[in-house]
Amino acid sequence: MSVPTLARPAKKLPRAFYLMVLPAFALFLVFHTVPVLTGIYYSFTNYAGYGEWSFIGLSNYINLFRDERILNAYGFTFLFAIVSTIAVNIIALSVAMALNSRIKFKTGFRGIFFIPNILSILIVGYVFNYLFSNSVPAIAEALGINALTSSILAGEDTAWIGVVILSVWQAAAFNIIIYLAGLQTIPGELYEAASLDGASAWKQFSTITFPLIGAFFTINMVLSLKNFLQVFDQIISLTGGGPGTSTESISVLIYRGGFQGGEYGYQTANAVIYLFVIIAISFIQLRILQRREASF
Amino acid sequence: MTATAQSSERRVLNDGGRDHSAHRPDRRQINWWLTALVAVLSLTIFIPLYFTVVTALKTPDELGGSGFGLPGAPAWGNFAEAWTLTDFPRALLNSAMITVGAVLLTLLTNSMVAYAIARNMHRKLFKGLYFYFIAALFVPFPIIMLPVVKETALFGLDNQLGLILLYTVYGLSFNIFVYVAYIRSIPMELEEAAITDGASTWTVFWKVIFPLLGPMNATVGILTCLWAWNDFMLPLVILSDPSAQTLPLAQFIFQGQFNTNYPVAFASYLMAMAPLLLVYLFAQRWVISGVMRGSTK
Repeated sequence: MSVPTLARPAKKLPRAFYLMVLPAFALFLVFHTVPVLTGIYYSFTNYAGYGEWSFIGLSNYINLFRDERILNAYGFTFLFAIVSTIAVNIIALSVAMALNSRIKFKTGFRGIFFIPNILSILIVGYVFNYLFSNSVPAIAEALGINALTSSILAGEDTAWIGVVILSVWQAAAFNIIIYLAGLQTIPGELYEAASLDGASAWKQFSTITFPLIGAFFTINMVLSLKNFLQVFDQIISLTGGGPGTSTESISVLIYRGGFQGGEYGYQTANAVIYLFVIIAISFIQLRILQRREASF
Repeated sequence: MTATAQSSERRVLNDGGRDHSAHRPDRRQINWWLTALVAVLSLTIFIPLYFTVVTALKTPDELGGSGFGLPGAPAWGNFAEAWTLTDFPRALLNSAMITVGAVLLTLLTNSMVAYAIARNMHRKLFKGLYFYFIAALFVPFPIIMLPVVKETALFGLDNQLGLILLYTVYGLSFNIFVYVAYIRSIPMELEEAAITDGASTWTVFWKVIFPLLGPMNATVGILTCLWAWNDFMLPLVILSDPSAQTLPLAQFIFQGQFNTNYPVAFASYLMAMAPLLLVYLFAQRWVISGVMRGSTK
């Protein structure tokens, strides 16, 4: 009975299916793929964003690797992204496990920990900026902690820590919820059985919890690192890239140089390198993490 | 592997011995120490919020010190000043318009594209399209930032409408990913029944499939709403007319004018954060379950 009805649409596809995807494809092509391609095209020119330009071959790419400011931006962005990714995953997994255990007011706490994710990073950044530059030093002075009496945002070596704190505060909210979703897929009986067997808390974590949320760990690690490598709002609201250029991230540099510095062509070359870096890292990360997942 | 096998064996044994549950740790027993620890941790969320509220209600003279003290008499005038300085109603209207527009357009179009792809994944064209959209997840925004600004300016889309369109188009990558997974879990029988009744593909989608997408629509809607409302980078680079400013962008633009008067700045921040916070207060459970659903797909 159902065989002929199944076979018919398989032979001739209703035109409606093509019409459903066509506008989206066209718009995606125009607003995503074409910009990527024009970006790559301009990366071989000396275009300033206005006026005349000419092809200069690979000069932009060669100059990138000699540019102190670019290398500095990559150094800062990677240091920041790696530290933040590790911190946010440790914190989020710990909080999620606490929220998944036998505590009171579970839903209430869950709702509270998600709040940072519904707030604008830029605006929260302005609040943190004030806290770091005025409140923390004032408290440190009252308590006699000399190391913190001057704003951490004012020091070239410490400003990045402020960026990490804000970013982790904000990103933990989302990761907690993802981990919580993962933890809830683990049947409670597994833990009961393990505790009857006398397995320690750490043993339960390493043999039950962690292996069973492997997929969620992979998602969180890949997405956190990818998002942190694109850090922008946090920098604008906390440090503006300073002091000096010590916290200038790649995104901030592309924005500044490309729009305000007359380095349109040069910064698109930077963006192309950046694209390859992000793709390479995402794939390496996925391979390592998935292999580890499979080995359990 | 062996651990799982052992424990399932154990579970079978346990199920037989319900009456001996006294030996097991009581499931209902509340861990109060952990509850207290979580409560202390949740202060990290409340402290910046508390700080924003008290600072917004102070006079400039009351600043200084740690800043955590309560204001003498609440300086409500800060809000009035921030309201006019940043042209709050206009920014609010822009943010609301862009967010609502982006959410509606995303739900209506992205689900439709995902439906066509999900039901034709065995065809090269649609499968190719699927990976074409998904691949964009790995493309960082800065690479398209400079060219897309020129493009939107050229098309006259350097305004609220342009942003709505861009959120809808850029959201495709992730949304298709979750929608397709969800649609493929919907049995074909319903559609086949409708088709034999003579319904067109359009009718099948709007009358049969779209109503079934409720939970996924909620997830995609929530994530799009949070993104469009809080986004700073796209409005910063795309919008050219100051009267099109969104709430986060307005905070950035007026930063210079705030510099001398922190309480007014904080009043402005609070007003910009308040609308979504209020919505969240009432829709909290729904928002979180929506986000969780997206992550397990």
